[in-house]
Amino acid sequence: MKHQLDFEKPIIELQGKLDDLRKHPETHSMGVNFEEEIKLIEAKIEETRRQIFSNLTPWQRVQLARHPKRPYTLDYLRTAFTDFEELHGDRLFAEDRAIVGGFAKLGDQRVVVLGTQKGRDTKENILRNFGSAHPEGYRKALRLMRLADKFGLPIITLIDTAGAYPGIGAEERHIAEAIAVNLREMTLLDVPIIATVIGEGGSGGALGIGVADRVLIMENAYYSVISPEGCAAILWKERSAASKAAQALKITAKDLLHLKLVDEIVTEPLGGAHNDLTAAAATLKQHLLKHLGELQALPAAERLKQRYAKFRAHGHFLERAPTPGEQAETARKSARKSAAKSAAAIPATAA
Amino acid sequence: MNLAGPMPTPYIPAMATTIFTKKPPGVTDPTEPALNSPPTELQTAFVKKPKLTGSKKKKRDIPEGLWTKCPKCETMLFDKELDANLKVCDKCAHHFSIGARERIHSLVETCSFEEMDAQMISVDVLGFTGAASYKDKLASNWKKTNLKDAVITGIGKIGPHRAGLGVMDFSFLGGSMGSVVGEKLVRLIERSTEKNLPIIIISTSGGARMYEGMFSLMQMAKTCAALAYHARARLPYISVLTNPDYAGVMASYASVGDLILAEPGAFIGFAGPRVIKDTTQADLPPGFQTAEFLLDHGLIDAIVPRKEMKARLIGYLDFLTVRQNNSAAATA
Ligand SMILES: [Zn+2]
Repeated sequence: MKHQLDFEKPIIELQGKLDDLRKHPETHSMGVNFEEEIKLIEAKIEETRRQIFSNLTPWQRVQLARHPKRPYTLDYLRTAFTDFEELHGDRLFAEDRAIVGGFAKLGDQRVVVLGTQKGRDTKENILRNFGSAHPEGYRKALRLMRLADKFGLPIITLIDTAGAYPGIGAEERHIAEAIAVNLREMTLLDVPIIATVIGEGGSGGALGIGVADRVLIMENAYYSVISPEGCAAILWKERSAASKAAQALKITAKDLLHLKLVDEIVTEPLGGAHNDLTAAAATLKQHLLKHLGELQALPAAERLKQRYAKFRAHGHFLERAPTPGEQAETARKSARKSAAKSAAAIPATAA
Repeated sequence: MNLAGPMPTPYIPAMATTIFTKKPPGVTDPTEPALNSPPTELQTAFVKKPKLTGSKKKKRDIPEGLWTKCPKCETMLFDKELDANLKVCDKCAHHFSIGARERIHSLVETCSFEEMDAQMISVDVLGFTGAASYKDKLASNWKKTNLKDAVITGIGKIGPHRAGLGVMDFSFLGGSMGSVVGEKLVRLIERSTEKNLPIIIISTSGGARMYEGMFSLMQMAKTCAALAYHARARLPYISVLTNPDYAGVMASYASVGDLILAEPGAFIGFAGPRVIKDTTQADLPPGFQTAEFLLDHGLIDAIVPRKEMKARLIGYLDFLTVRQNNSAAATA
């Protein structure tokens, strides 16, 4: 096995032993019961997996989100979806293969689906620009979304990007504007929109196709305003502090759900989505269909109202600085609270 | 002028009488992610700025006759004259940073500005500690800037036009956008939509405020959503880009104006020049990410010198808001 993360090693080693045993039983016909031993190792693998994956740090989640074997958009398009018909180009400048999109069916629903797409190997990564889109990607996405809107087709977006591309051409053709226009336009599209972060949710590059009625995130995906490495370089002055930054930024699925920044977590099979694509895709499909059904039950005007309210509500602030008396009160309360539960670090929204 | 990135001489103010930053503005690295590593040595929205003093304090503490050296033409400029000149060098027209309050003062009719949400402050929602704690950063910025956060919003009269006005201030945490910036702008936009008013937002920012994590990213969606409804009501929105203007702010409200204006020489972009250089390993073209470059590349409607800004804004609003009857005229 070439691709493995450090914390996956114990599993990979056991897997190796298991493979050896399975290969060799015929050659050792001494009456030893290998069946039993195989079962034992299988159980051990399961148990090790459970142990490792129930205690992942935020930084380990980031590594899983970037796992080279992790399913990408196109992998879900041929598993959770059927009949994908890719459509190309922004009609303005170019075809950006870092974002794929087109017609597809989700169950028996016709949808327009689009997502950022990484490459599996060097050659494909060059084609896909490592999943980092240029302005053309965002403009193609908007073209397809307007097409969907015109013909009443729901929009499903899958997000997996380290971020929009920081390049000369991207700046010359105004990547910031391309993202900004998407944010504004997605607010007013009549059709249901569901966005799912399936791997990396890299800042503005992710949000550029992420304004939706429902924002879902897969269990081992992350969504962040800045890469942990970038944050570490700025605030800790060293990129090696990325694991600390990953912790501080609160970017895991669980953290984001707790902060009400996403609507739901799509659970992954034990060991991560790459361990069982079929199962991961089935769960994703199930979640998408459920939300689609709920959204389709609403009148368009109500959906738009709720979409606006959802993003409108994001943010924490105080209307004014607390008086010394209020400060003391808050301190008392939070001391009481943190004694009860340490996870209550979120002040109430003042809105 | 060296347009390919940082301006030539890093300017160090002789006296802390003005509110420009210590570092050349073009090198502000926004907090947007890079595909590759951001450089290790970053000059970010979070670098230490020279101590900023409010205009009140300035008058009290510092005797008249102090001067400032223009970073572009190296002329010695009297602070008083520089202030009177809206912080523009009268020799070479270099635009120094200007505080939000001074800028508002330069645009609105006397006593017409009703500030909104003047007391709103940021909270440390994530409990962000690390190399620096957000709480400490906020406390030091409140103290040094006399500002509550990086934007001032309100409704005022510009010439004959009542308009929603949002003005950012780079001196407060590098003009970074967190929940307060987003919320204040959204309330301004919503009220302007309600009252059928045009909006002018004058931005300068290093990007999203990473201490607020994903809440800061969501301000991008939030502000653009509010602007979507303002636009649907066919009300004018003029976005004015000033030096420097990057990342999350550029990838949201600053880029969706009906008109996009910029001050001369302003550095404007998505990713910071150093991030781009590191990622692409390519030389940046001359003038890259300046207002002039972006006008040539089709983003900006017009470059407007600070001293002409008020008159030009009034002109545009005149043109856009006076209803014209287009259908009754054609009779045979
Ligand atoms: Zn000068």
